This record gives sequence, C-alpha cells and structure tokens, in this order.
Amino acid sequence: MRSKGKGFLASRKAVTLTLIATAAMALGYSAPAQAAPVVTISFSQWWEPELPTGALQALINTFQTQNPTIKVKLVSGPYSATKSQTIAGAATGTMSDVVGLDGAWVSDLVNQGALANLDNSLARVKFPVAQLAGKIKIHNSTYMIPVVNYIYPLFTNDDLLAKAGVTSAPTNRTQFAAAAKAISGLGGNVKGWVIPLSQTNPNGIQNDIMSLVWASGGSMLKGGKPNLTNNAAVKSVVTYVKSLWDAGSITPGAFTLSEPDKVTEFTNGRAGMMIDSLSHITQIKAADPALHFSIHALPVADGYTGKGGIPYASWGIGIAKTSKYPAQAAKLVAYLMSAAVNTKLSDLGHAFPGNTTSVPTWVTTDPMFKTAFTIYQSGYPANEFTGLPKADDLMLKFDTPFQSYLSGQITVDQLLATAQKSWLADF
Amino acid sequence: MSITAIKAEKMHEPPATEVKSFMKRKHAKRSFEPLLYLSPTIILLLVLMVIPVYLVVQYSFFDNVIITQFPKFVGLRNYLTVLQDPTFQIAIKNTIWFTLGSVVAHLVLGLGFSVLLNSPSLGKFSRSIFRMIYILPWIFTVAIVAILWRMLLDPVGVLNYLLIRLGLIHVGVQWLSSPKTALIAVTVINIWAGYPFYMMSMLAGIQGISKDLYESARVDGASWWQSFFNITLPQLKPIIISMSILDIIWTSQQFAMVWMTTGGGPITSTQMIGIYTYQQAFGRYEFALASTSAVLLLLFSIFLSVIYSRLQRRRD
Repeated sequence: MRSKGKGFLASRKAVTLTLIATAAMALGYSAPAQAAPVVTISFSQWWEPELPTGALQALINTFQTQNPTIKVKLVSGPYSATKSQTIAGAATGTMSDVVGLDGAWVSDLVNQGALANLDNSLARVKFPVAQLAGKIKIHNSTYMIPVVNYIYPLFTNDDLLAKAGVTSAPTNRTQFAAAAKAISGLGGNVKGWVIPLSQTNPNGIQNDIMSLVWASGGSMLKGGKPNLTNNAAVKSVVTYVKSLWDAGSITPGAFTLSEPDKVTEFTNGRAGMMIDSLSHITQIKAADPALHFSIHALPVADGYTGKGGIPYASWGIGIAKTSKYPAQAAKLVAYLMSAAVNTKLSDLGHAFPGNTTSVPTWVTTDPMFKTAFTIYQSGYPANEFTGLPKADDLMLKFDTPFQSYLSGQITVDQLLATAQKSWLADF
Repeated sequence: MSITAIKAEKMHEPPATEVKSFMKRKHAKRSFEPLLYLSPTIILLLVLMVIPVYLVVQYSFFDNVIITQFPKFVGLRNYLTVLQDPTFQIAIKNTIWFTLGSVVAHLVLGLGFSVLLNSPSLGKFSRSIFRMIYILPWIFTVAIVAILWRMLLDPVGVLNYLLIRLGLIHVGVQWLSSPKTALIAVTVINIWAGYPFYMMSMLAGIQGISKDLYESARVDGASWWQSFFNITLPQLKPIIISMSILDIIWTSQQFAMVWMTTGGGPITSTQMIGIYTYQQAFGRYEFALASTSAVLLLLFSIFLSVIYSRLQRRRD
C-alpha cells in the first residue's frame, strides 16, 4: 500500500515537473526580445565618508535612474583603508570596477597592469575630453582623471598672530619665520608652525615641505628624474625648515605627528600656522566654531615674484582593467565628470572641479572660499609626486634622513645625497 | 532453532568474496569517518594556514611577485638582499631589544603582582578590586592602548605635566618623537599592555601549589623569601618557561601597537621586523622582500614553537 502511494506521488511529481518545464520553455521561446540585463558595478572610494551623509549616494541614485540597466555598489572607507584595499585588489585581480585614486598610487597600479586606459574608455562613451582639467598619464596613456582638486593653502590662527603682534599673514620666508618665532614666544604650549613627519603616512614631505619648493617655482625633478642634489631650491627649503626647527618655532613631536594630528594641533590653538587641505575647513569650523583663522597663499622665497605652484591633492578616478563591465564603468566616470554633476560634487566637497566648464557655487558663499579661489587662480596646481613610481615610498625615503638632519645627526648635503640615491633606485 | 531453519539460513549466507568486500567497505568507512568529522577543521587549516604560508614561502624565492604576471625564480637572492639591508639589521636589533625587555618585565611584574594578589593579608573584596584594576590593560584593544599612551606621552601630555609640576624636568620630553627615548617608550607601553596575562597565569599557578609545602617550610623556620625561592619559583618553573617562550613569539611579531604610536620612527629608532615587512609590502610594493622578511620571522617562531612543544611534552 505504502509503495503504491509512493509511486503515485512520484508520478505526480514527474507530471508537475514536466508541465513546469514545458511551460517555462514555451514562455522562453514565445517571449519577445528580452530587456537588457541589469549589471552591478562596484565603485570603491574614500569620498563618501568625507562628503555630507548620503550626498554621494544621492548622485549615484540619479545615475541609476538615468541608466536603469546599471546598478552601482558603493564601497566606501577611510583613505588609508581604500589604499590598502586597492593595492590588495590590484594584486589579486579583485579591484572594484571603478576606483577612487590618489595620484601617488597610479604609477604602481599601472605597473601592475591593474588600470584600464581611460583614453579608450572615454572615447567609447564619447566624453568631450577637452573639458577635463587634468589627466594623469603614464607612457602617454591616461589612467586617472582628477574628479575634484583640493589645494593646500597656508592656514593662520588670526588670534594667535594678533597676540604675537603680527599684523598681516606672512607672504615670504623671512616674514613666516618671524611670525612663527613670535607666536612661539607667546609661551605655554603654543608654537608657530606644525608639520607632520610621521612615517606611517609620510605625506607631510609632499604637503608641508616640498610644497614650499613648488610655491617658489622650484622643482625636485629634472627631466622626470630625481634632482635633489645640486638643487638650490630644495636645499634652501630644507635648511630653512631646519632653521625654524632649531629656533623652536615648530610644534614638538613632529616626527610622530600625522596629518590629522596637525589639524588637531591647529584647531586646539596650539599651532599658529599650518599648510593644509582646503577640505579641512568644514572640519575645523565644526570642531571650534569660535576659532578665528584665515587662509593665504604659501610663503615664497624672499624676492620671488614669479608664479607659484600650489600644492594640491585630487580625488581621482580610474577603471579596473579586470572589470567585466568596462562600458558601464566608463558611463559612470563620464557621469561624474559631466559639468553639472562635477559642479555638484565640487560644491559638496568644497573642492575645485575636474571639469573646466563646471562653475562651483561654493566659492561665492563664503569669503574664505573666495580667497581660496583667488589663490587657486593666482598660481598653478603643483604636485610632483603624482604619477611617480612608489610615490609614498619616495616620501618615506626623504622623511627618514630628513628627521636625521633635523635631529642634527647628518648634514644637509648628506640628507640630499641619501634621498637622491634611494629615490633613483625606485626610478 | 530446528535443523531445517539452520539449513535455510546457511543457504542464504553471502559468498566469502562478498563478505570480504563488505568488510573492506566497512573498514574504509571506519577509517574515513574520523576524517569526515575533522574535515571542517582540516579545510579551515588548509585555507587559512597551509596555503597562505606555502604561498608566502614560495613568493620569497621569486622576484616581483604579485605585481607582475610572470615572476622570475631568484633562489636565495631575496634572503641575501633582506639580510644585507641595513634597515632590516636595525629592525632585528630593535626587535631583540623590545622583545627581551618586554618579556623580562612581563615576567617580573606578572610574578610580583600575582604574589601580591595571593597574599593572605588581602581581604576577598580588596583582592577582587585589585585583580580588576591590574587586569585592565589587558582588556583594552591595541588601538585604545596606542591612543591612551600617545596622549600620556605627548610633549604636552599628562606625564610631562606631572614631571614639570614635580620639578623633575623643565621642558616636556618628546617620549615617542625623540630617537633617544622612542624605543624605551614603546617597550614600556608593551610591558604595560602585556603583564596582566602573565599575572593571571602565575596567580593560577600559585593557587595550585599545595599549602602543605609552605606549612612545613614554616615549621622548619623558613623565611618568606626562602619559601618564595625554594617553593614558589620551582613550582612555577614550567609555567614561567612556557609563558616566556610564548611571549617571545608574540612580542617579536608585534606590529599594531608600534605602528600606531611611532610608525617605526623617529628615523629608524623603533623599526621592527613587523614594520619592515609591512613597509616592504604596502609602501614599496616589494611583496617578495616582504615575504622573505616574514619567512625569516616565521622560521624564528617555528624554532621557538618546537622548543615549547618539547617542553610541554616533557612536562606532560
């Protein structure tokens, strides 16, 4: 009886499955041309946490509405986590389809064969490349496009300057040294200038030291190769920093300070001046709304009247070579670089647009931002580390002997010779 | 049972070959069964331990691994490069200093506090309170330990404030930022963060020592120190040796705390093998050299692990 029942059930199942299969096949054959399948692309970056909550997702939502067949998964994290993730992803071939990039990573990622040529990608989506403010090229091919740019002006704590009897922001090195000394003379824990030289993220070499070289029209390279020895511009800057160090005008503990520590020292009123990213203005104002500070062009070498380089950092973008959906990835890049979206992104981040036709409105909303725009227009963007091989390592290789030099263990010539030798090994 | 029934049963008996194969299958199933139970652990060990270790060892014999598709076999060249690198030599020296300093201090502090916590002059309540206070550093995560000590040792931090108030110094010392004091500072932080583990293990060991031994020593007129050196220490010897070996392995691999406080600087004063390895991999993209450095540390750890296992076996 039981076996009979089992047999009956089995035959019923077989009939049902056959019916379902037949119906499915029939539907499949009779269906009209199917809609294009929806694909999901990932976009890793550190921008989302730095923008107002939900702002980047809102822009992505608009993109998804305009492109119903493309879904974008945001992979967000802090800068350092994004960097490690990108390097690991490049090594294992699991990098996100679209990647947020720093110019310092590009050369190494290209050497790994991890980035796609953006010239081809943008041509595929017919993006007007002439609108791009900048392109990071390696061997004549574009691998990164700066989406927005942040300049690094000089921040001054105007209350401390006034207390120290400094009536106007320093414009040259002599004035800067005098101001730093005067502020340090106020006593307590206050110092004139804060520089971060931590080896965990040695970008202080780029933003706080080499920026002084670029501000006076100098360069650390010659023909694309390191040029640290017999370079008057670099030598004058390092000896100048050493003179401030010896004068006790620099915040103690600089060897282990990183960029966030620098901002904290300034916000807490323990440092009178710093060279910092424009992106930190909102953060400083939020931390201490009563802090009176202003931004200025970097101090230049005494007597220098030419145009100065303004250090900058970019939120760059690229496409993974391993992406299964390069066309969709290119569409997203083109969308973020389009004039309207790029303007919106610049406004949200208080940054300068990567599209030359974008007109950010934030520069008119606040006098400080207006000053930033004037500084931006008065010089030219300069960051010689962008696109160099092992850029972070180059900074570290300069940082270590620079600390020895500041500590009085080696001479300036030894510093420059050591750095030059180790830099050349990376080229 | 009747004769006909037995006959019928014999008629239904399977042939000898069938029995043999059945027995074989049964045997195979029996020997395979334990493996089946162990398979989750074996798979995890393979995926998380054996394969990564194998890959890292393999990478150490090639050039430009990970960043190029076709790395070249270079034999022992990476080992020569790493061992001849002055920064690696500094890292070895610092790691030895940091490890030995930490292990000795862990041992002395752990033993001292465990003896104090076991003292009969402490009431139950006060013992619990002290135990809770002393174990606190071990509860904190590395990130919290690093932030806490960075604030304490800042040139304008709590320690300098106290020293200046006491008139011991006039200007704040840059504990973590001066090449002269940084290594000592990170060692102190590591000692502070690690002694509670020793303390708790020693305390458990002391509580396991028979009270009769102390009783008879007292009857024989032994002082506290004599009891300590002749009863407590010999009884704790196996724990002390095991803990010290484990601590040497853990401390020589220390990375996070040093990275978060000094990053290996100033200059190279706190450069450790762990930091050297990280910088080779994620700063210089020299994954082969990073693997080589990691393998050297692995060999050292394996050597200590073998000693530890042998001691454990002898003890058992």
